[in-house]
Amino acid sequence: MTELLQQVINGLSMGAIYALIALGYTMVYGVLRFINFAHSDVFMLGAFVAYYTARAFGRWGFVMGGYLGGIAILLLSMTACAVVGIVIERLAYRPLRRRSTLTVLITAIGVSLLLQNGGQLVFGVNPKAFPDIFPSSTLNLGGLVINSNQLVVLGVAIALLSALHWIVQHTRIGTAMRAVSFNATAASLVGIDTNRIISFTFGMGSALAGAGGVLYAMNYPSIEPLMGNSPGLKAFIAAVLGGIGSLPGAALGGMLLGFVETGVSGTRWSTFRDAIAFAILIGILLFRPAGLLGRNRVEKV
Amino acid sequence: MPSWLNRSQLLLMATLAVVGIAQSLSGRLDSYILSVAMGVGINIILASSLNLINGFTGQFSLGHAGFMAVGAYTAAVLTGRLAPQWSPLFGGQVFLLFPAALIVGGIVAALAGALVGAPSLRLKGDYLAIVTLGFGEIIKVIFQNLEFVGGAKGLNGIPDYSNLLWVFGTAAITVYTVWALLNSSYGRGFLAVADDEIAAEAMGLNTTRYKMVAFVVGAFFAGIAGGLFAHLNNSINPSGFDFNKSIEIVVMVILGGMGRHIGVILAAILLTVLTEMLREFGDYRMVIYSVLLILLMLTRPQGLFIWPTRKAARRQNA
Repeated sequence: MTELLQQVINGLSMGAIYALIALGYTMVYGVLRFINFAHSDVFMLGAFVAYYTARAFGRWGFVMGGYLGGIAILLLSMTACAVVGIVIERLAYRPLRRRSTLTVLITAIGVSLLLQNGGQLVFGVNPKAFPDIFPSSTLNLGGLVINSNQLVVLGVAIALLSALHWIVQHTRIGTAMRAVSFNATAASLVGIDTNRIISFTFGMGSALAGAGGVLYAMNYPSIEPLMGNSPGLKAFIAAVLGGIGSLPGAALGGMLLGFVETGVSGTRWSTFRDAIAFAILIGILLFRPAGLLGRNRVEKV
Repeated sequence: MPSWLNRSQLLLMATLAVVGIAQSLSGRLDSYILSVAMGVGINIILASSLNLINGFTGQFSLGHAGFMAVGAYTAAVLTGRLAPQWSPLFGGQVFLLFPAALIVGGIVAALAGALVGAPSLRLKGDYLAIVTLGFGEIIKVIFQNLEFVGGAKGLNGIPDYSNLLWVFGTAAITVYTVWALLNSSYGRGFLAVADDEIAAEAMGLNTTRYKMVAFVVGAFFAGIAGGLFAHLNNSINPSGFDFNKSIEIVVMVILGGMGRHIGVILAAILLTVLTEMLREFGDYRMVIYSVLLILLMLTRPQGLFIWPTRKAARRQNA
């Protein structure tokens, strides 16, 4: 029983991170209909920005080690990632707005390679130990071992998800986002500046990825420039699993995937972990191509 | 010219003859240049075979490296571990044993292609890309867990049977096969599927069958390329056949202009040589490569080698 609870908690904190990254994929797909391969590298940048800010804070004797310092670091690295995301969209994707999806996809892969290899050049290839940016302690509840970081991860993720939900559902810009995602041409006809909305979407998705990067680094405190690959792919699978383009779907998909992964990790199939994630993806696509919460599009001739 | 040979077949024969001569002179060539040349040939096979799937049939696959891995491992096991049982069948002659191993590798890869294609080709566009990517990764993970072929460490000590003749001979045959397939009356269906799948289906073409054929043929040649690759590098490991390898091949097809025979061959040559030339920049190599890739996609997304030919102009007007 304790073991099961333990797995549930591990699954929740892993799933929450996947959900944060998956939301970025899904939002970009919603407005631009393409898979932003560079998303997982923005996630990596988030972790590195947090690493360097934490070091700088430490040197200046800033509020390091408290919750306030942790939140400041988190917000800083989210802002940095948002800026990076907007710049990437501006320079690499916007000129290709009317080109085929394939062209944009390859460009995205190019951007991803650039960030990874540029990262290896700037940050170095060797893994770095990620500092404790939040006060860390281990709680023992009758055999159930919970790291306080896991609770922070869960709390931050839930806060961000609620904030996102509020922005998308209850603000003007959120309404505009939904309009662009529903029909970009019609949205621009009623006076919505689609380019601005797309920039905003990229900024928000990237900020979430950045937060995901920081939270991931808190759970697995060793960061390196290629760290985005695996969680990026998983989050992407999560987005498709939930139904790409659907925000609740991405959150649900992320959670499910987190559970399945931690569940598999404990068994002798653990080396097949990545393959199982893909097998789930393939199964979903074959039997319910629109994902769990996605809507089927009717093909018109 | 004898009546039973058409121009393209003649061209194939001539290429094979030239390759044969080049092979007999290869002893004089620098071994580094020789290995780069063979890398070029292998990439031509990979790019041309993927071009059949991605370019001509319009089915975006991101799992080509997976099929390459299947062929590489099969061929390497046949010439390595299973050689004592398998080699006597060919009287221990390498020039018989090696092509047989390559072909078996290709066939196993084609079977894998059929296995992957049957469920996934019902999907379109982005979704197909993701599923093929997923299958590619699954193939990689399976090899990582097969202790029989060395697990994550891979296989070492594969005999270096690959030479110019095998590599470029296969490349010529691949290009010819893809060309001849597309220019047959059956093969026009591939282009029809790429142009408009619904219209093709309405005209009574079995589109699923065409997609399967493209996939299986593409996987077959990818498997053979894998076998050649294994016997060129003497060692293989699963992570060499990951997503990035697939992307490399896709980039060749796209820069070559998606569904252009010559363009894709030129792109394969250019990219292979370019990656070799960038080696002297050391750590900056991949950074330069990615910047070039982005710039090329921004400036020439239709491919590097597209000239406005009469045929293309006619196709655009239609």
